[in-house]
Amino acid sequence: MGRSGAGKSTFMYQMSLLDEPTSGEVIINGGHNAARMSNEEKTDFRLTRLGYVFQDYALIPELTALENVALPLLMQDIPQKTAYVQAGEALKRVGLATHMSQLPSQLSGGEQQRVSISRAIAHKPDILFADEPTANLDNESSKVIMDIFLELHRAGQTIIMVTHEPEYGKMAQKIVHLDDGRIVNITKN
Amino acid sequence: MFLALRQIKRSSKWTTTLIIFVMILTFLNLVVVSGVLVGLIQGSVDAQRRQYTSDVILSTLSTKTYIEHSEDIIALLRSMPEVVDVSPRYTSGVSLEANYKTRIKDTDKANTAGGELVGIDPVSENNITNLSKFIVEGSYLSPTDYDQILLGSFLVKKYVPVNNPGFSALENVEPGSKIRIKVNGIVREVTVKGILKSKVNETGLRSFMVDSQLRSLIGRNDHNVGEIAVKLKPNADPIVVRNALIRSGADKVAKVQTYVDAQPKFLKDIKDTFALLGNMISSIGLVVASITIFIVIFINAITRRKFIGILKGIGINGKAIEISYVFQSIFYAACGSIIGLIIIFGILQPMIAAHPINFPFSDGILVAPFGETMLRVGLLIFATIIAGYIPARMIVRKNTLDSILGRK
Repeated sequence: MGRSGAGKSTFMYQMSLLDEPTSGEVIINGGHNAARMSNEEKTDFRLTRLGYVFQDYALIPELTALENVALPLLMQDIPQKTAYVQAGEALKRVGLATHMSQLPSQLSGGEQQRVSISRAIAHKPDILFADEPTANLDNESSKVIMDIFLELHRAGQTIIMVTHEPEYGKMAQKIVHLDDGRIVNITKN
Repeated sequence: MFLALRQIKRSSKWTTTLIIFVMILTFLNLVVVSGVLVGLIQGSVDAQRRQYTSDVILSTLSTKTYIEHSEDIIALLRSMPEVVDVSPRYTSGVSLEANYKTRIKDTDKANTAGGELVGIDPVSENNITNLSKFIVEGSYLSPTDYDQILLGSFLVKKYVPVNNPGFSALENVEPGSKIRIKVNGIVREVTVKGILKSKVNETGLRSFMVDSQLRSLIGRNDHNVGEIAVKLKPNADPIVVRNALIRSGADKVAKVQTYVDAQPKFLKDIKDTFALLGNMISSIGLVVASITIFIVIFINAITRRKFIGILKGIGINGKAIEISYVFQSIFYAACGSIIGLIIIFGILQPMIAAHPINFPFSDGILVAPFGETMLRVGLLIFATIIAGYIPARMIVRKNTLDSILGRK
């Protein structure tokens, strides 16, 4: 947590292997040192072990909801039929069973974010990273998203989420407070 | 492939149609420009074969005015299974004079034309060269005609398109006109039976009469002719027949040539030159197509930079993204080529073959050999692969996070 410009997103991108720190090391998931990984290894790690939910949903506009979710699975060489079944299950988990064949442009913001969450969890990642996932949503949609996160967490999913909403911070087990690029406080709920 | 197929499927139909249209035009430019240029000469070469040499031609050696043992050679040819028909031709230089009855003084310039008079068996010659088809005025010779002559159009002034100072043609001549011919020192008055128009010089510059009369005029009682044109069955190889004739010793008394051997060298040279010219023009088209694809893919990739970043961010390999753009380029080029092939082989080539392009000196056809055309398909696809790959690579190489966040 932290105010705007505190470095929350930068910190998350570095942790999730999307960015490199100018100093220090990123040790992820029990011993993988990011500095020793090649770009290909990082890409593969992101594909197979991590999941991402971006603030602006980041869906591919030409792909349907089902295809968007299936894409990372297909890239892992999972057969198309299996990938589509897995993707369908992930969409059902976020309550979008009836929206699978719709394009992102045909979905509301909240629905798009739920597709984005499905995409992030379809391959059962070790860690799910979420960068202010409710920032662009109204209260009702935000609540739906946070309920999904809670449910995923209860099912055993590790989630690292960036937010500046204290209300959502209360849902986390551990809160890291940042200011001006530094960790100023770590609290546990 | 998954990405590329979805992008193509869900992209704007108009944009896709426009890009494919550009590819079709490029492909047609690649094949048709050089094809028509080469076809311009090929039309002339084909006409030379159809109207003059046929498949194999025997002509006099440079040291003789006739082919010795012509009858034996003709008998040998007629016995060959590949041969459909043979047309022996007597040949002699001739001076033609018209309007001599209206010339007031002997010192006035005579209206003359020079050329070659050919004595033919009208039936055999028509079987070989279809000469009667080229009659534009009057009628074709019949075997019993006597003192009747056919004039090639280049000997008649109204059919000669240029007024060359060194070239003379007969004026006010039409079927029924009397003209004088001077052959082998003998002067005879004959009647113009018909005028034949051909773009083949050897036909257009010649005059024709029935063989028996010319034989007596030039005193060839030994029946030795000046030319023998040989028509073969459709799938017979002229080289096989030529070689058989050479093995029989015919080359000792005659120049034995296939229609290819008999092509004038300048035609071969022009054909090669036009092919080169066509390739140069086509190359420009290829560059234009490459630039088009480059721009299309570059704009597509630059406007989708954020999504490319996201794809990379969620772990999609950059190579897979590049391949999806290359696949799109191949798709555009392949669609353009396939439609282009259908237009060329399904419409243009048969249409131009049925209705040749009327050039002044030949009936132009479209030359597009399948092998060479496929090579051009390969060239177009190769050029578009490069043109698609470069911009895709440029965008994919950009920092993932910068792309996602839209940073410069």
